[in-house]
Amino acid sequence: MQQPNKLTPFFENLNFERDDNTMVINFGPQHPSAHGQLRLVLELDGEQVVKAYPDIGYLHRGIEKMAENMTYNEFLPTTDRLDYIASTSNNYAYAIAVEKLLGIEAPRRAQVIRTMLLELNRVISHLFFVATHALDVGAMSVFLYAFREREFAMDLMEDYCGARLTHSSVRIGGVPLDLPAGWMVNMRAFCDKVDYELEHTYNALLQENRIWKMRLENVGVLTPEDALSWGCTGPMLRGSGIAYDIRKEEPYELYSELDFDIPIADTNDSYGRYRLYMAEIKESTKMIRQLILKYDGTEPQLMAHAPRYISAPKEEIMTQNYALMQHFVLVTQGMRPPKGEVYVPTESPKGELGFYIKSEGEPYAYRLKCRAPSFFHTGLLQEILVGTYIADVVTIIGSTNIVFGEVDR
Amino acid sequence: MAQHQVNYASAGGLPVALTTVDHLVNWGRSNSLWPLTYGLACCAIEMMASGASRYDFDRMGTIFRASPRQADVMILAGTLSKKHAEFARRLYDQMTEPKWVISMGSCANTGGMFNTYATVQGVDRIVPVDIYLPGCAPRPETLQYALMMLQKKIRRESANMKKNTKSNLRLI
Repeated sequence: MQQPNKLTPFFENLNFERDDNTMVINFGPQHPSAHGQLRLVLELDGEQVVKAYPDIGYLHRGIEKMAENMTYNEFLPTTDRLDYIASTSNNYAYAIAVEKLLGIEAPRRAQVIRTMLLELNRVISHLFFVATHALDVGAMSVFLYAFREREFAMDLMEDYCGARLTHSSVRIGGVPLDLPAGWMVNMRAFCDKVDYELEHTYNALLQENRIWKMRLENVGVLTPEDALSWGCTGPMLRGSGIAYDIRKEEPYELYSELDFDIPIADTNDSYGRYRLYMAEIKESTKMIRQLILKYDGTEPQLMAHAPRYISAPKEEIMTQNYALMQHFVLVTQGMRPPKGEVYVPTESPKGELGFYIKSEGEPYAYRLKCRAPSFFHTGLLQEILVGTYIADVVTIIGSTNIVFGEVDR
Repeated sequence: MAQHQVNYASAGGLPVALTTVDHLVNWGRSNSLWPLTYGLACCAIEMMASGASRYDFDRMGTIFRASPRQADVMILAGTLSKKHAEFARRLYDQMTEPKWVISMGSCANTGGMFNTYATVQGVDRIVPVDIYLPGCAPRPETLQYALMMLQKKIRRESANMKKNTKSNLRLI
């Protein structure tokens, strides 16, 4: 028999100015469409939301504090667990920040591989968005279809780095491995398949679907002014008609050489954002096709040559004494970057992701701050949920595409 | 009154299967394990993948339920923070007997790589765990294997839920 136990009251910390006509309900932290561990306290007038209070911190793991006690290379796998749907984009954002601090640049082939992996991760993340968003709204079959395509992308990632979810596929100064044989063929086949399925499966199932449009159109309206003042980036900002993409504004890696457009949606609502995500998948596959051509003819070097910070290739370590000594020092003590602070913005699938690092010349960062897009989009909920109906709350949460690993960190 | 007579000796035996209550109940319990969708972090994505089209959990009688009242097994997938621990225990208490717990992933088993002030160092400090599933994040195949191990464990249990007897501890 289970004993009745005294539990702490729900709303002890929250000051709600409520009159007697409203009802306060609790949403989460364990809710199937809370996208992790979001807890919302909603004040309702009938079925209309009067006040929404997102309560975060249920997945707080102290990642930023961990960075202060780990060497720079040790911390890299921890960044996988921030936005765990597209791990490589976190690895990359961290690696590029440290690289800027060190003043090194990855060799050409590593840049091609990195950009390709970043775009592949964008496809994975966006397919996941469509899957979960549709599942929240009630379309179960879209979830099954989107996960089918996502598994092909997972197989590609697995072929490259051996992991399905937590990739750690980017290193500070380059990438650890060259692409395996036949990977490009699979990649091209994957791009063709995704493009085909976008036309024939998702558009057929969702785009003109009457129920889908009724649930999404004019739901979660975010005006461009609000989007800017709440610090939205990525698809949330572009869904409000502002063509801002860090890949175009401050190009990193090979984005300045690629030919791609920034799709925008100017309807400001959830349906526009859904169309935007679909268009972005198409742009990503277009970029991957260009990158496949760029790979040929590059030098086989994968890691930057910077003996003070980066270990030499394995062959040199095994044959040359000095390289072995450097490697030993770098492994046992960790690299010591120069003093300084650095922040590099990157365009992760969810928005602007950047790491601020302050270095005191030690092997450990003095302070590391992760600027995660989902954090800002969670704060936005208290603005756009007000005035909507309770049935639309899950639609709006799904549409903001937040992931709690990077909100709470 | 002419009655149709069947000669059971030649027709393959009586149309009756003899079994024990334990076997019958455990057969039912182990083949329709309904887990609670308790996604906490990264492992939840793999839990979703195992429910999706490629790995297809449904063929094992496993259908994810959103309510603890309808669930038999709690798959704790991901990092449990101290702030969330109270809710995990409450949801476990809300599940009806018989109930089992699978701890999925390193974070849930031992705290994993997050040995910090905010995380619970193993969910077995909060709820009793039946199966520990290692990996960071475990693949969907391993989650299915863990569920099969749990089925094996349930088949060895007594139907009246006297847990922790000696024969139950001699597991798998």
